[in-house]
Amino acid sequence: MTALNRAGWRPEMQVAGSSADDATFTGNRALMLEEPLIFEIGGSETTGVDFDDDAPTADFGVLTRTAPIGLPGLSEAETVRHYTRLSRQNYAIDLGLFPLGSCTMKHNPRLNEKVARMPGFADVHPLQPQETVQGAYAVIHELAEWLIALTGMNSVAMSPKAGAHGELCGILCIKAALEARGEDRRVILVPESAHGTNPATAAFAGFTVEDIPATDEGRVDLIALKARLGPDVAGVMITNPNTCGLFERDMKAISDAVHAAGGYVYCDGANFNAIVGRVRPGDLGVDAMHINLHKTFSTPHGGGGPGSGPVVLSAALAPFAPLPFVTKQGDGGYRLIEEESAGADHPQTFGRMTAFHGQMGMFTRALTYILSHGADGLKQVAEDAVLNANYILRSLSDVLDAPFAASGPCMHEALFSDKGLAEGFSTLDVAKGLIDEGYHPMTVYFPLVVHGAMLVEPTETESKAALDQFIGALRSVALRAKNGDPALKSAPHYAPRARLDETLAARKPVLAWQG
Amino acid sequence: MRYLPLTNDDRAAMLAAVGAASIDDLFIDVPTAARLDGPVAGLPSHVSELAVERHMGALARRSRAAGEGPFFLGAGAYRHHVPASVDHLIQRGEFLTAYTPYQPEIAQGTLQMLFEFQSQVARLLGTDVANASMYDGSTACWEAIVMARRITKRSKALLSTGLHPHYRSVARTMAKYTGDLLIDGDPSLDAATDWAALTASIDKDISCVVVQYPDILGRIDDMTALAAACQAAGALLIAVVTEPVALGLIKSPGEMGADIVVGEGQSLGVGLQFGGPYVGLFACKAKYVRQMPGRLCGETVDANGKRGFVLTLSTREQHIRREKATSNICTNSGLCALAFSIHMTLLGEAGLRQLAAINHARAKDAAARLAEVPGVSLLNNSFFNEFTLLLPTAARPVVHKLAERDILGGVSLGRLYPDNGGLENGLVVAVTETVTEADIAAFAAALKEVLA
Repeated sequence: MTALNRAGWRPEMQVAGSSADDATFTGNRALMLEEPLIFEIGGSETTGVDFDDDAPTADFGVLTRTAPIGLPGLSEAETVRHYTRLSRQNYAIDLGLFPLGSCTMKHNPRLNEKVARMPGFADVHPLQPQETVQGAYAVIHELAEWLIALTGMNSVAMSPKAGAHGELCGILCIKAALEARGEDRRVILVPESAHGTNPATAAFAGFTVEDIPATDEGRVDLIALKARLGPDVAGVMITNPNTCGLFERDMKAISDAVHAAGGYVYCDGANFNAIVGRVRPGDLGVDAMHINLHKTFSTPHGGGGPGSGPVVLSAALAPFAPLPFVTKQGDGGYRLIEEESAGADHPQTFGRMTAFHGQMGMFTRALTYILSHGADGLKQVAEDAVLNANYILRSLSDVLDAPFAASGPCMHEALFSDKGLAEGFSTLDVAKGLIDEGYHPMTVYFPLVVHGAMLVEPTETESKAALDQFIGALRSVALRAKNGDPALKSAPHYAPRARLDETLAARKPVLAWQG
Repeated sequence: MRYLPLTNDDRAAMLAAVGAASIDDLFIDVPTAARLDGPVAGLPSHVSELAVERHMGALARRSRAAGEGPFFLGAGAYRHHVPASVDHLIQRGEFLTAYTPYQPEIAQGTLQMLFEFQSQVARLLGTDVANASMYDGSTACWEAIVMARRITKRSKALLSTGLHPHYRSVARTMAKYTGDLLIDGDPSLDAATDWAALTASIDKDISCVVVQYPDILGRIDDMTALAAACQAAGALLIAVVTEPVALGLIKSPGEMGADIVVGEGQSLGVGLQFGGPYVGLFACKAKYVRQMPGRLCGETVDANGKRGFVLTLSTREQHIRREKATSNICTNSGLCALAFSIHMTLLGEAGLRQLAAINHARAKDAAARLAEVPGVSLLNNSFFNEFTLLLPTAARPVVHKLAERDILGGVSLGRLYPDNGGLENGLVVAVTETVTEADIAAFAAALKEVLA
């Protein structure tokens, strides 16, 4: 059933409002507009593109595509309307505070969009002769230098396409380094609070994953970690600040212990936003860390990507970094090191992990963001992000259980649990209640180490007034959940859709239009 | 700082509210030795929007944009005209600044778009289902090989020599560490693909055969027999499409029996962008859907019975299954998938077919003109919008000499296969609808001059 009446008037129809379900004839509610699928409104002969040529039909013999493909077309007018209407069914950082913990939904400056579209960046081919793309190489190199300086590391691999791809890059560097040492270490240690990508990455690269226990304070248990280290351990993957929103106080001691046992330290840099410009991971003994440009450096998330995950590397892992990469020459020009030149310049590389140079469109945006802030502004970014999170933590810890608040301040995100909610009420109900208040919910049920986790990351681009309003809204919803307000169980009431049947979707998957 | 709303008064009030004497108190868990006193040394301070734009503009002008003159590069990235409405729509803040649609009640815009994208991709590639995108074609290709290993429980993959060398490199990199065995090699300068030889070498140990269509030299072939041979041996046929516009004219891999079809979707909506971000296409037969990597969007209903969409079958994914996930991929190419989908909607079936026909006609014209240059011959018997020229000399220096004449005249096989001297005279030339007759004439004249 669609919610929409597109058929127009038919004699058997009743006038709108005759039942509770059809308060309007169209199914729309003023500015809340329903929109059908392109397959329901488009036609095989309709097009929104005009061509100057009328090319003859080509004959490829048996390879000629004769059967209909089934691709609907719309005129430009209809296309613009279709996607504009769809866009209005989305929440977005442009609409309001987007407190998804660990995802860092901060304001996306529009200058970054303008710069990324300059023809010298957007309209260049990755395989153009090197002398014709010096400006593009210059951007990659300049961003690389910033990332190295901000992290205090030895070098950076720019090509990984997103955070998880960056993890893979770091883990492959570790594999290659162990291979160069002639050691076959099979185990990667990962805390239970880690992002799912960490164990998935280690497993994807052929490692065995083992959990590191946490302390009651939500941090890595150094004693337990030390006890597990040994000749079979290739390294650790630690998120710092961690997913409980806490800085790993023992990070340097962890690194030292892992190094002493012959392993390497991978740091998940998803939460670098909390410390950028204020703490350099290189000072904590990290060997590899990916940086999500779409988090810390504000390239837009785009509804699920593209991301970009450059990986900064220690001197120990730098020789194994992937191809290709850019170097600056004595004459000020730039040169690409790829397979043919790697033999002389970079013989221990583990190879190529994507076709071209990485996410150029994200590099231009991130560099624009970094230059706009400067070193002083980036330090302020970390400080304001941490201040905003602590403000939320302390403003709500009387109504929501904050399991680690007693141990001190949080970093960039405030973690709450579902303890104290009324019987039958869950974190999910709080999240859906927030939707009715006009907010995207916080990250829920992650990290796994806290029951019914609610992870709130306000970021630095929220004003105090915006925080106060959000705190008021979350307080109100939390109190409703504690008091057992039945209306909360069916929230959201004012969103484009009520709660969706995810069980049905998984049991009978409909993954493509069947018409 | 223009992006930071807090005032100093706000900061003071908030510090007081949290019971901290200074901001340093909030960084108390950072060891003193690792705490910086001031901004990172040696780096510049914040500047105005005008200053940043001036700096970045100067860098942008140091590259020769494709649109500034004759341009014939392809080899996995193609320059097509993108309608103005595509870029306008993907910059709607509700798309641009949304997150992965984990809260479906307020993400129906992204979810419905993904459902439409998956449906378009599945139809274009000729398969039952497609996912919500991968990073790019090269990483999608490796993921397909891993998926075939999971399904067949065999780990020996047979790669066509016509597979893009960068795609092959990515697979080699990964295989080195996963223990997968890859049988691969460089292409030979032959008008025919190596598919007949591939068919003959399939045995019971093979997990999959990977072919590119059209391949790196622009060649097109019928994969029906290959698909049948794979099926008979219990192996999967993986087809890689780097130029999806071709599928407006030629049969889809799915129609010819491919089990998994992956591709690079950059041609539609995304633009060249110096190699990224692009959009990986990943599609397969329905029976393999639970072994797919990446996100999937599915149809369902809400509590009021209204149709809606959600991310589904997520027990395959890392955030649920952790080390047992089908892939580690999380963030994919959502916004590029949107651009692809909008461009495809604007074209529609009729538009796509016409666009493909124009590309092919323009390429045929260019191939004929360029093959008339003394010493130059055309390798291909068949091609879509990209073909390989055989020059009388190494192509790589020729490309540089052409660039000096402001003609970006294709990708030399010397660049793609630097260690293979036997291929050095090959030049891969792509011709899309953005190429004019004057561009072709200028290219032919310059090539003649350079080779003289």
